[in-house]
Amino acid sequence: MHIKTEQTERHTLAVLVDNEPGILARIAGLFSGRGYNIESLTVSEITVDKAVSRITIVTSASPPVMEQIIAQLDRLVPVHKVVDLTVQGAHVERELALVKVVGTGEHRIEALRLAEVYRARVVDATVSSFVFEVTGSIEKIDKFTELMAEVGLVEVARTGIAAIARGREAA
Amino acid sequence: MTEKSGAAILVEALVDLGVEVVFGYPGGAVLPIYDALFEHSRIKHILVRHEQAATHAAEGYARSTGKPGVVLVTSGPGATNAVTGITDALLDSIPMVVITGQVPTALIGTDAFQEADTVGITRHCCKHNYLVKDPAKLGHVIHEAFHIATAGRPGPVVIDIPKDVQVATARYTKPGPIQHKTYRPKVKADRAAIEQVVDMLAAAERPVLYTGGGIINSGPGASQLLRELARISGAPVTSTLMGLGALPASSPQWLGMLGMHGTYEANMAMNEADLVVAIGARFDDRVTGRLDAFSPRSRKVHIDIDRSSVNKIVRADLGIIADAGHAMEDMVRVWKARQHPKPDLSAWWSKIDGWRAKRCLDFPESTKEIMPQRAIRALYEATKHRAPIVSTEVGQHQMWAAQHFGFEAPNKWLTSGGLGTMGYGLPAAIGAQLGNPGALCIDIAGEASIQMNIQELATATQYRLPVKVFILNNEYMGMVRQWQELTYSSRYSNSYSDSLPDFVKLGEAYGWKGIRIEDPADLESGIQAMLDHDGPVIVDCMVAKLANCFPMIPSGAAHTDMILQANEVSGEMDDEAKALV
Repeated sequence: MHIKTEQTERHTLAVLVDNEPGILARIAGLFSGRGYNIESLTVSEITVDKAVSRITIVTSASPPVMEQIIAQLDRLVPVHKVVDLTVQGAHVERELALVKVVGTGEHRIEALRLAEVYRARVVDATVSSFVFEVTGSIEKIDKFTELMAEVGLVEVARTGIAAIARGREAA
Repeated sequence: MTEKSGAAILVEALVDLGVEVVFGYPGGAVLPIYDALFEHSRIKHILVRHEQAATHAAEGYARSTGKPGVVLVTSGPGATNAVTGITDALLDSIPMVVITGQVPTALIGTDAFQEADTVGITRHCCKHNYLVKDPAKLGHVIHEAFHIATAGRPGPVVIDIPKDVQVATARYTKPGPIQHKTYRPKVKADRAAIEQVVDMLAAAERPVLYTGGGIINSGPGASQLLRELARISGAPVTSTLMGLGALPASSPQWLGMLGMHGTYEANMAMNEADLVVAIGARFDDRVTGRLDAFSPRSRKVHIDIDRSSVNKIVRADLGIIADAGHAMEDMVRVWKARQHPKPDLSAWWSKIDGWRAKRCLDFPESTKEIMPQRAIRALYEATKHRAPIVSTEVGQHQMWAAQHFGFEAPNKWLTSGGLGTMGYGLPAAIGAQLGNPGALCIDIAGEASIQMNIQELATATQYRLPVKVFILNNEYMGMVRQWQELTYSSRYSNSYSDSLPDFVKLGEAYGWKGIRIEDPADLESGIQAMLDHDGPVIVDCMVAKLANCFPMIPSGAAHTDMILQANEVSGEMDDEAKALV
């Protein structure tokens, strides 16, 4: 007997939650406990009084499981709202990465040149290293780090995705 | 206003919430609360002998009274022992509030004596949980916890209270009705959806009402509404294990339970139905069998208070998010407003009568040994005039009780359906007896399950609770043995109940009356002796050792692949079937 796997599609969810202790564990535990997968998860307070946090989750699942994920998130007591940005339509997804590159000579110049093409900013420099800050879609950052690997990449820190719907309507 | 200790606030809040009984076990981290409860005039504390039993007793109390069950245990092992019952209540949607002691706030995270991360451990086996670090917030949290435990789909809520918070003082005022900022379950269905399901039901040629525990949870009124809905629609009714009693078993429209050990007529009706209306049921794997063969010809309407239940397992053609009682009330009203006549379902009923003629619950009788099914029927015949509350453990005896004991009313049937927890029945019967002092409370047990919380015999003795334990003793973990017979060519690996205690003597040691029944001729008189005794009785009823529970749909099989009798058993299964639970 072999275990079967299902066709999945990728969705970006925005989850508005009460900012109470353990909320992240509740959400992350729901995913692990029910066998859902998390590709990216970011969380931060979004109101002045720090009462509400927004969690952005990128997950892959078959359509019926995706419906379950949303329903299961929605029934957690501290959850205000779950929005499937992928289903809702056009939305903007952005990620920030800090990329450390070590090298001298031609590699160093090439790294700077590529950084300019990708609109990455230098946020730290020594005579033999740079730290670049780059923002954009997942694909752009993937591509940038891939290129940097050719010219002395030693370390990457990525934030995961923040996403928001286009247009004037709020989630 | 004067300040009170956290412990005093807790106890006052419980009184304000109408709590009469708390099931618990003391320990270091709850001593302030126990002191506040000492000789309390309004709250009766029931001292169990193991924290797991406190949770099951609270479940039995809740299930039989409709009120939330309350549990009080200490930190560390007290809390971890309660985890099984908390999970049980989550899977069966039982309203329960579990209060756990915790080490003082300053010691949290230091691996202190009897420290466990209770909110972490219980986070995914309860509906919601709290760690209260401020006594000023305690009163509100208690009230909110009861609201969450009972509103919407009921479930267990855990409140972890560090010992210093129990001692520190704050003010308490009774809050008004809880308006939760995020948790607002929808109980009323949209009118359009109700009209749609009513029209579908009126037009169906082969409808089935498939009901579940949600109707019991909705309150006795919902069971009355089901009766009315069944009456006006003329539709046959089947139910899950958790829904037994919502429709009287004596109703001519009752098909019996469906699913793995359901009746032939219930499963065949599901298979050939053109419309299935699920009300407060969740298409559990024990109900559906092989999914791609489940009720293949029907349109499906799913009425459930929990949105995540709809489309979880079976795709619904129409999903209705509502409380079962409210939805049925609206359905009955719309049905009458639209003046739908009672549909002519005579062709459907004659088909059902054909399936009923199989008499699938018949079993081979014996004069030499007591057949377990016969024992259940004899118990039912001897007690039905007293409308007993019946709890069970888990296994063959549980399924035989579901099949052969007729339930005429809701809140009379207490069983661990979702989690399947052995050791549930005795504490559940104790809890039910406390909530229903005059009622006849019987735990139908197996000799293996009963040993999982046997220490609770002492609890019944202490509080003079006249519960009855009726053990079907076949000296096997019968359901395990049955599966081994079906799947592993009768290689009975570790399913024999060796070194059994003498249950009669054991009962007597705890101050119970003990009765052993061995001869079929003594079955009725033994049961009568149990009923005649005005106190707790344990009956060790020796039954046929190798009897199996049929009908049975083997795991991974379709409703139409039911095994009706033992001679249809092959003894081997392929790996796909072996991998299913």
